[in-house]
Amino acid sequence: MVHYLDHAASTPARPAAIEAMARQLVHGYGNPTGAHRLARAANRVLDESRDIIADALGATPGEVIFTAGGTEADNLAILGTLEARGGIALCSAIEHHAVLDPVIHTGGVIVGVGSDGRIDTEQLGRVLTPEVSVVSVMLANNETGIVQPLGEVADIVRRRAPQALLHTDAVQALPWVDVADQCRVADLISISAHKFGGPQGVGALVARAGVSLVPRLRGGGQERDRRSGTQNVAGIAAMASAAAETVAERQAQVVRVGALRDRLVDGLTGRLTGVVESGNRQDKTANIAHLCFEGVESEALLFLLEKEDIMASAAASCSSGAMEPSHVLAAMGFSRSLAGGSLRLSLGYSTTEDDIEAALAVIPPAVRRLRERG
Amino acid sequence: MKPDVLVAMSGGVDSSVAAALLLDAGYAVTGVTLKLWGGESDSGCCAVSDVEDARRVAHRLGIDHHVFNFGQEFNEHVIDPYVAAYDAGRTPNPCIECNRHIKFDKLLRRADALGFELLATGHHAAVTVLPDGSTRISRGADVAKDQSYVLYMLDQAVQARLLLPLGSMTKDRVRQLAHELGLVTAAKPDSQDVCFIHSDGGRRAFLGDRIPLTPATIVDRAGNALGRTETVQLVTIGQRKGLGLAGNDDRNYVVDIDRRAGVVTVGPESETFVASTELIDVGWTAPVAEGRYSVQCSAHGSCLPATVAGTTITWDEPHRRVASGQAVVFYDGSHVVGGAIAA
Repeated sequence: MVHYLDHAASTPARPAAIEAMARQLVHGYGNPTGAHRLARAANRVLDESRDIIADALGATPGEVIFTAGGTEADNLAILGTLEARGGIALCSAIEHHAVLDPVIHTGGVIVGVGSDGRIDTEQLGRVLTPEVSVVSVMLANNETGIVQPLGEVADIVRRRAPQALLHTDAVQALPWVDVADQCRVADLISISAHKFGGPQGVGALVARAGVSLVPRLRGGGQERDRRSGTQNVAGIAAMASAAAETVAERQAQVVRVGALRDRLVDGLTGRLTGVVESGNRQDKTANIAHLCFEGVESEALLFLLEKEDIMASAAASCSSGAMEPSHVLAAMGFSRSLAGGSLRLSLGYSTTEDDIEAALAVIPPAVRRLRERG
Repeated sequence: MKPDVLVAMSGGVDSSVAAALLLDAGYAVTGVTLKLWGGESDSGCCAVSDVEDARRVAHRLGIDHHVFNFGQEFNEHVIDPYVAAYDAGRTPNPCIECNRHIKFDKLLRRADALGFELLATGHHAAVTVLPDGSTRISRGADVAKDQSYVLYMLDQAVQARLLLPLGSMTKDRVRQLAHELGLVTAAKPDSQDVCFIHSDGGRRAFLGDRIPLTPATIVDRAGNALGRTETVQLVTIGQRKGLGLAGNDDRNYVVDIDRRAGVVTVGPESETFVASTELIDVGWTAPVAEGRYSVQCSAHGSCLPATVAGTTITWDEPHRRVASGQAVVFYDGSHVVGGAIAA
């Protein structure tokens, strides 16, 4: 039996999402831009899905742009804004590469974080200039789970750079944070279906009414000319179905999963010495256990965990599958050697007590073995 | 049940077939590809496409495949010393340092920690067990592809945990097996050069980004200027080609390099010969030491008789000067017994 503790990387699809997707693929294969009955049926599914996503994100349906995932949504938010308004982009040092790379590529500004993993708001205030046209600060970090003070960030941006739009990558947040409430201050919001029980390769960007974006993909003019290309109707239907369930059970899952996470982290720090938790637990989403083990290399630890059917991850892995040093932990001031022993156990809606007990049984001896022989 | 083996798979044909042979022999095989270099690269074991090839071969064989990132160790033990060696006027062999510090140290320790009793590679060489129970690294059956030279540093403890399945096989046979098994790497060309050097810019671009490359005047023994090189750091003792001089003139061998003064002196071939060679870091990997051996000073160079005593090799016949930094390997017949670095 597999103990899947890697929900922050990708979640198992919810049965309702699988059903919605299959139904669409089998019966709803019309192109939503077409004129006949099957096409109109597909278009209706898009409309209904758009309503659900808009509701989950505190937006109006017209503000929702369907994309092929979180990375496309982030790129559209940053590059689409820069092309429409000129200027430069600014983001925090702990953003996902889907934000960080477009910002760096266009010569943007990076703002550091404190050792608590939260954006340095003083520095943010200092570096905001009239030149900045878009600020991107994620809602919850994908490695540490630390929720960023988006309201405070928005206040500073409005005060220091009122011309700038605020984008937030909420890809990790939807199951754990009330995105509709927390992101009211944001002009642009990215999400990705496979982080909350939907399929991979589907996501959305909210762009508030009045925000103009230059499209990255041109063609048939879908998504109100902001993103051309036939919509992934089956994937979008599945995303909406997953989002509806996720939002409906969020409060209960935050309590349930939060307790499991605490049991896991407290269990590990109680059984082992030389364990450092990144940042403060109360700043984190309920599902993330992110620890650094002194004298251990992540790659080796993950290998031993996998052997015992525990699926987890460390920092970001590159396209080859190799582990790369974490830019998030580096930004928080972790030494390279301590960061090299990081482990992210990310829980989710399907995590059980069994999974936690298995992890607590496997991880301590694996860490001890690596410390003795590594 | 045979023991668990970790096979280092570079994404080339040799290590692909090595994995297949071990599987066939009944071992529990897991493949690993090392990510060593983050920069531009187009050959050897460092490119993402090579990782993909290794993964595809592993899938085809039905074995697990992992990627370990040893980039930091590679920088520390291979790249930095490589650059420093050129900066100091030596001619390093980075593959040997990679074997010494990465494949047969870091990876072997990792294998141990993960519960693998044995490590295997696709080198063309063999581990031979002698009647007294000790082992030797021996030349591969394919003389032209023999890689025992780059494994000279492996001691008894490492050899005891090492499998070299290609030792008795020719390269042609390896390729034939790869074809028969339908491996994507079957027709892949052999890697030619240093894996982290991109073919576009070569050594010059790589080193030029990291250390100042300086010019030198090329003179003959009488001091007459014959030409000029822009990169004295890339000139090696004994070199004749690539200096812009008549390549077939037997007075145009590099016999002296004074980098500080910016002078490269060329002379007749006879001046490139020496009676003895001084060594550093002498190591014996078999319980023997000092005496007469065949000595090889480059990967596919000639192997000539000499007496090794202390840190000096005395050649039976005058020998071409060995560039400082090159590995010097002692053979007893086809068995490696030790080696060193030319001073």
